[in-house]
Amino acid sequence: MTKRQKVLVLYLKFPSLEAEVISWATFDGTGQKLHMTGDSDEPPYPTGLDALLDGWRLFQSSQAIPEHPGEEFRTSYLKHEFFFEKIEEGDF
Amino acid sequence: MVQLLSTEQMAEFANSGCLFFDGLIDNETNKEFLNDIGHTEIENVDNMQKYFQNIKASSSIPRIPAGTPLKNAYPHKSPLEKIFQNEVVAGAINSLVGSEAVVDHQFLHLTFPTKYFKKTNQRQMSQVNHQDSTIDPRITFDIQLFYFPTDVTKEMGGTRYHPGTHLRIVNEMGIAKYQNIKGQKKIVCKAGTIGIFHNGLWHGAGVNFSDEIRYMFKVRLQPTEKQELLWDPEKKYKPLPNKALYWTDENQEKTVNDILMKSYPWQEADTNRLDKINTIKFWRMLTGNKNLDIDYWLTRIENELY
Ligand SMILES: [Fe+2]
Repeated sequence: MTKRQKVLVLYLKFPSLEAEVISWATFDGTGQKLHMTGDSDEPPYPTGLDALLDGWRLFQSSQAIPEHPGEEFRTSYLKHEFFFEKIEEGDF
Repeated sequence: MVQLLSTEQMAEFANSGCLFFDGLIDNETNKEFLNDIGHTEIENVDNMQKYFQNIKASSSIPRIPAGTPLKNAYPHKSPLEKIFQNEVVAGAINSLVGSEAVVDHQFLHLTFPTKYFKKTNQRQMSQVNHQDSTIDPRITFDIQLFYFPTDVTKEMGGTRYHPGTHLRIVNEMGIAKYQNIKGQKKIVCKAGTIGIFHNGLWHGAGVNFSDEIRYMFKVRLQPTEKQELLWDPEKKYKPLPNKALYWTDENQEKTVNDILMKSYPWQEADTNRLDKINTIKFWRMLTGNKNLDIDYWLTRIENELY
């Protein structure tokens, strides 16, 4: 029996886990499923909280960084990023 | 006579960053293009690299030095010249980047089906999301014109794109970690379809799960003049008056401002408002009207009294 990490990244509509998922990525360290860009049009969970309820453990989230003076209207990357993991045990 | 874009089409482009003309190019020209590149039955293609090299060696697609005017870029009577002379294609180009646009680069993208990856033991992965071609804070914009010479089915994994992302300034593959984005679209179209992207639109190529090769010809065009009212040479465009906000009038008719202020499911609650502000700034540039506003977004924050 070995342990492998599965990673789920959720981008939310606002910086609270209750918020709706707007973008998502999954990386499966067990090798059972190869995820890739554009592979699903519907999010795995409606909100961040629903991921917790399904056993995903949050290990990182983005900080609120004040906008640079003079650059307040510049838009760029998705802002509200949450990294979750699940540790799977098995014969991989 | 070229057919310039309508104000509604320009507003659609300003808001979504893309425009499509489904099945625009006639079948004869599509066939001519495919013959010219040496398109053949899939059974006759055994090697991806060799097939591509043959196309480069024998097709009439010229080598175009970067910065060449589009006008003299393609050989007389070649299928690509016909495509660029199509009155709708020429009108869209003139409306967005002007009649003196130059070619940045062009490429014929080929996406091979699964069996070629199996044969060479390669992992068949989709292309990650990215923005072409590097971080670009200009107000000026380039367009990328796509031409699909064959039908593109869902299985063929046509270009994935994210409407409304074109004004977010990111650094190329810096967005690769967004595997899926709500509201993502994939191009499924008839042969002869033309698509036009703002250079900032987030996109990536899909995986081809069909048995056919997918072709997409792309050219990036850069303007040499200001992109102000190019679609409206008589300068008839007038900004619309303010309307009531939140406590709204239910009988209001839909206007061009509704097209400009459309939201997308991938936008954050906070940044969605900045996306609107940036679309209004973009529309100010396109219409040459520096005081124009929609839904009071800019007037509200430009009212600085100190
Ligand atoms: Fe690209």
